[in-house]
Order: sequence, then structure tokens, then C-alpha cells
Amino acid sequence: MSIDITIAIIITMVGASTPLLLAALGELVVEKSGVLNLGIEGMMLTGAVVGFAVTYDTGNPWLGILAAAFAGMAVSMLFAVLTLSLSSNQVATGLALTIFGTGFSALFGQAYTGKPIALFKSVFPDSLTDDRFLRVFFDYSPLVYFSLFMVFVVWWFLQKTRAGLILRAVGENDHSAHSIGYSVAKVRYGAVAFGGAMAGIAGACFPLILTPQWVEGLTGGRGWIALALVVFAAWRPGRLLAGAYLFGLIATMELYAKAAGGAFRILPSELWASLPYLATIAVLVMISMRRTKSSSAPACLGKPFMPNN
Amino acid sequence: MPDNAPNRLELNGITKQFPGVLANDTVSFNIAPGEIHALLGENGAGKSTLVKMIYGIMKSDAGSMVWDGEPFEVSNPKEARAKGIGMVFQHFSLFEALTVLENIALGMDGSLSLKELETKVVEVMQAYGLTLQPDRMVSSLSVGERQRIEIVRALLLNPKLLIMDEPTSVLTPQEVKQLFTTLRQLASEGCSILYISHKLNEIKELCHNATILRGGKVVGECNPAEETSKSMAEMMIGGSLKEISKGETNIFGDVLLNVGSLSLAKSHDFGTALKDISFEVRQGEIFGVAGVAGNGQNELLAVLSGEALAKGEDDIILHGKSIGHFGPNHRRKVGLCCVPEERNGHAAVSDFSLSDNAILTARHRKNLVKTGMILNGPSVAYADEIIKKFGVMATGSRANAGSLSGGNLQKFIMGREILQVPEVLVVSQPTWGVDAGAAAFIHQALVDMAQAGSAIVVISQDLDELLALCETISVINEGTLSKAMEVKGISIDEVGLLMGGVHGANNVDQANDIDKEVSNAVQA
Repeated sequence: MSIDITIAIIITMVGASTPLLLAALGELVVEKSGVLNLGIEGMMLTGAVVGFAVTYDTGNPWLGILAAAFAGMAVSMLFAVLTLSLSSNQVATGLALTIFGTGFSALFGQAYTGKPIALFKSVFPDSLTDDRFLRVFFDYSPLVYFSLFMVFVVWWFLQKTRAGLILRAVGENDHSAHSIGYSVAKVRYGAVAFGGAMAGIAGACFPLILTPQWVEGLTGGRGWIALALVVFAAWRPGRLLAGAYLFGLIATMELYAKAAGGAFRILPSELWASLPYLATIAVLVMISMRRTKSSSAPACLGKPFMPNN
Repeated sequence: MPDNAPNRLELNGITKQFPGVLANDTVSFNIAPGEIHALLGENGAGKSTLVKMIYGIMKSDAGSMVWDGEPFEVSNPKEARAKGIGMVFQHFSLFEALTVLENIALGMDGSLSLKELETKVVEVMQAYGLTLQPDRMVSSLSVGERQRIEIVRALLLNPKLLIMDEPTSVLTPQEVKQLFTTLRQLASEGCSILYISHKLNEIKELCHNATILRGGKVVGECNPAEETSKSMAEMMIGGSLKEISKGETNIFGDVLLNVGSLSLAKSHDFGTALKDISFEVRQGEIFGVAGVAGNGQNELLAVLSGEALAKGEDDIILHGKSIGHFGPNHRRKVGLCCVPEERNGHAAVSDFSLSDNAILTARHRKNLVKTGMILNGPSVAYADEIIKKFGVMATGSRANAGSLSGGNLQKFIMGREILQVPEVLVVSQPTWGVDAGAAAFIHQALVDMAQAGSAIVVISQDLDELLALCETISVINEGTLSKAMEVKGISIDEVGLLMGGVHGANNVDQANDIDKEVSNAVQA
């Protein structure tokens, strides 16, 4: 394999992994606070359609991203009110959120079907992005650098800051956190809002850096993969990065393999298309099996908090 | 302290109504600066509710509080801590997946960095002789060690009023002495202490005044030094207290449980390995295992109950039969039942009804299941029988285990095992956090059971309990068991030394090592 193809594969892989990484990082924070939001797919689709529409109407992808973040957050607040204030079941509400997001994005997106936008490309000078070797560092959308930065931010926030410690404490033992005097609901609202914004931005990645148009169901189930990634990565941002890139790598290999033809034709293309999902799960299961004891879920994950006094 | 100084805290007619229960009914009393004030009462007397209101977790329905001469109202614990109120909870408010240091940080409102906090924590621990490793995960700690976190957390706040809910249950006699020295020192510095305990001799020794609650009402005030333990207990339960009645002579029968050269590797990094444990318990004998928390008690219970399997079949012999390789169900079938230390989540499922909880361990011996189907009638009948015979206060066999108070649930769990009449019963901490009335009942039930011909092993950190209950005791220390001693003519100091001696010294060394590591790290 030539160096050019390798670099091309890396660049495609990073792009394909970015939405997955962003959505999973958001969900990681949500789950660390003890909330299970299964509505990622719905929030991503909402973010995707709003991000596309605003970018198309204003021509400014930055505004599109901002709008997508707010759209994702708005939808997540619907989930937060239902589950945190009204104590509805988190699993059912999350599923409903996905159904809502799918329907809403299809309806809202009808007016934009078939219309093109420009891809949100690297902001570095051409001398860097066109260089045969350096492009492996510079030929990415700003969203890619943002996602990598967020891996660090989420890790730093959870492990190094007091606010992060409180968030973990709430996810670990909500009653104790309450009795020490922390507001469980406030912390969880904040976490869910962050998760919504991240999912919204993740959704916007699809039209902005992958396929510059709106089609129904654009996210292709990546929200569910993000959800699985969080679990198999044992709620650790670093492993999340590895898992997301692994998924992106296999998805990319599949594209190149199909183009190369030959021996790859033996397997039907549907199987190739499912390979990234299968491989990601298989590898992450192996990782999480090795260290079952340390990779425990937040103890209050998915349980509604009702103070008993 | 000058006589005209305002009281640290005055409670005036505090009332709290819960659905169906008046938890506190016009409770009034005062605590002076530097006073150690005991709050006595059975479980359900309203002590916890009262201190929760002082600490700002609950709001009172009526009544007022005065703090240092000023009207006082707190709506959350943060405000209470800001006023200088510290609290050591009976049910620890700890986070299992976080480290000791992180847990302490969560209870602090200041903006100290973890590094600075660690230095302070080590200082406080050394000043008060409490040893803990700051970077350990709480999930790996024993009950006693967890309580130390709570104590350190409260002491770090330099409190003006320290509320302590059953603080000494898990300490050695030496450690209790040390804690009392600490508390007296705190009190002499002007800190008031509200001390909740069911150990009346401790209250006699430590406290200046006592307020006694019964059914949410103040039923008496006294100077503990002038009362006897018995008279205070009777005020508390509003009736006369029975002493444990044992038969006059101890004639033991066959050896029912024989444990020989039992070793068990650590199950996790912070566990304790059991080393070469040997003992035997005879028919009619109550055998006590004393020791400070975290010395292998959990592991010993696990290997006796069958949750952990012994290496060799013959390591554990039940009435001549090797059972080391049997799991818990099989052991129960052949006649060995266990009551673990943790009531909720280990001994009972808190979201299950009492009858379902009865099925969980009694299904074989009581025939509550047939061809895979639950027999509803017998199960409910068995649960009702336990409730009746053991005086469990519950709304019925359909009540969830989690809805019972600690003492009542413990009575239910003890009843569930005792009424199965196993040949051998192993219990851990049978009266942890249980009020005097329920504890006396449980003790009597164990004695009666032994006299009816069972062999009983009691693992407890409460030395007084073991001395009252057992004929023979051993001390477990760092996973090894001392030789068995007859309780008659034993000296408490001797047992205390076995419990604390070597292990305590090691802990101090470890703490010093950590200290060094920290300072090295800071220098580097």
C-alpha cells in the first residue's frame, strides 16, 4: 500500500470517526452523572437537519454548528424535563426522543432535500493542506480538531475539576450527594444539556464534513454505535477515542476494499457494510472483558432520583 | 466556659410529621458550648429525623432553633456546614467508585486543591490517630474504614457542633479510648458534640448530659454519670430490659463445624488473604470472632457461607461431612446458614417483599418451592411466622425489605435463618446499628438457638457483644485467627491488644510511607 493511499485512508477515517466521537463524549458525561439518554440518534438527526438548514440559508458553517448545538440541547431539555423533573422512565423517554428526532428531521428537512452546500473544510493554508505528507495533520475540518480537544476537555473536567468530581459523585450515589448538599437535578440537567449540544454538533458533522447535502436518516444509526462505545470504553474518554477511530478505520477500509474489488467481492457488500459495527463491538468487548472489575458503570445509571424526604 | 454564654444550640418545640407518623413531637433541649450531649432512643424514636433537621437535610413543620443566641434556620447541609455543624452519618454517605480523598473533597465546601487537601487529611489523621490510605477506592474498604472517612471529613471542617451517629460500633477498645480523648479535646476547645449511641456505658463515660427520645417525644433528661446503663436503657424503651439469660453450665456436644488450615487468596487488591485458619465449634457453643474491621472478616464470612469456595474440600467440615467445595445453596441444604453484615443488598433485596426475601434463603429447608414454582401460601406463612415470632414491626409480609428500619430488618433476617434451624449458623455483625431493644432480642434468640443444639459463629467488631454472648472467642488480625480463648476470666486489654497490636502499628507505618511519598512527589 503506497504512502499516499495510507494518508488518504487516515484522513477519511478521522472524518468518519468525528461525529461518533463527539456524540459519544457527550453521552459519556451524561451517563457519568447517572442518566441514560438513549435519544442520541434523535438529537443527532435534529442537529444534522438544523445545522444543514442554517448553513444553507446563511452560507456560514460556524452558524450552522452553533444552531445544531442549540437544537440538540433544546431536544435534550425535553428529555431532561420528562425524566429529571417528572421522573419518567429514562429508557422509554430516550427511545421516544429518537423517534421524535427522526420524524422531526424528516419533516423539517423536506424543503432542503437535494440542495447542496459546501463542505466545511480545513482552515489552514493550501501549502499545508496540499502537502503530500503534512496534509495528514492539517487537511481536516475544524470540527475534527474540536472533537480531539473535547476528548481532553472531558477527561480533564471529570478527573481534575471539582465540578467533575461532583458530577461523578451524583452518578455514583445520588442519595449521598443529596445528603451532602449537592443538587442532583441541577447537575443532571447540566450534563444532559451538554450531551444534547455534543450530539447536535455530531449530527451537523454529517452534512458539513461527510456528505454535503440533506437526506433522510443521514446519521445511519451512528447514535446507537456511540451509545455502545461509551459502555465498551468503560466510561473513559481515551478509550472512546480509540474505539471511535477503530470504527472509522474499518468503515474506511470497507470503502477502499470495495473500490479495489478482486478478492473483496467474495463477501456481499451488506456484510462489508456491517463489518465496522461488528468489529468495533467485538474489539471493545475484548477490551472490557480483560478489566471487568475496574470498568464498572456509574452505580446510579438510569435510575430516577427521588429524594425520600 | 462562662455561665452567661448563650447556648450553642437551642431546640424549641421541633415537630415533624410524616405520613402516618409523628416523627418528632415538640422536641426541646439545649446544648452548651463544649458540652457532649447524648441523644438516646430506640430505632424509630426520631433521633435521625431530628439530627437531619439540625443538619439541614429536612425542614421542621413547627418549632424553632437558636444558634449561639441567634435565630437559626438552615435549608441545606451546605449552610449547616458553613455555620460549623459537622456530621458523621450512621449510614455512610460515601461514593464507592471514588477514592478516600475524593470522598472527603466532596464534603468540603472550600476550594482546596486535592494536593493541599491530602496534606490536611494526613495531618488530621495523625493528630487523631485515624489511619486511612487517601488514594484507595472506597469500594475496597471495610465498614470501619469507611466510618473513619466520615470522621475525618467532619473533623476537617473545624466544627462548632459535631453530630455523631453511632460512631464507635466498629472500633477496638483502644481506638474507642483514643476517639474519646479526641472528642474530649474537641469539647475542651469549645466544640459541642451531639452523640448518638446505643452503647450506654460509653455514654456514661463520655457524655455530660443526655436527652432520651421515645416515639418522637422527649421522655427524660439525665446526667449519664449518675445513672446506670440499665436505668437509661429502661427509660429508652419505656419498660424493663431483659438481660441475656443463659443456662448455668456449658456442656457442649459433638463438634459441628470444623475448619482446618483454611487459606484463601485475596479477592481484590485491597482485600485480606486468610492464612491458615483453624477452629471448631461444638453443639451448643457460641464461638466469637473479634477483630477490627478489614482484617479478613468479610473473607471469612464469604468462605464459610460458600460465596467463596475453599481450596480443599476438607478445609470445612460440617458434622463430619466435607463441604468446602459446596456453594451457598448446597451448604444451606446440608445445614449451614449465614447472615452477612450488609443488610440491604447482601442479606436482603430491599426492593423485594419480605416473603420474597424469605424464599431467597429458606426455599429448600422450608420447602417454599416445588418443581421450580414458588409456593405462595407457605412463603407468606413463613414470612408471617418470622414477623410474629421475632416481633418485626412491618406492615406485613408484603412490605418491601427496604421499608423496614435497620433493627427490624435485622430481626427479620435473623429470624429467617434461625427458624430454618440449621446445625451451624454463621452471623456477621448481628446488631450493627440496631437499637438496644432489638439487640437484646437478637442476642437472646442466638443463645436460645445454641441451647437448642446448634453451633453458632458470631463475627463482630463489638467486643462487648461477644463477651456477653460467647463461650469462646478468637481474634482475627490480618487474616490470621488467634487461638480460641474461653471468655470466662479473659481480660479486655489482652483481647484489645490482639485486635489492635501489630495491625495498628503496620497501618501507622503505611500512613507514614504515604506521607513520605506525597512529600517526595511534591518535591519532585
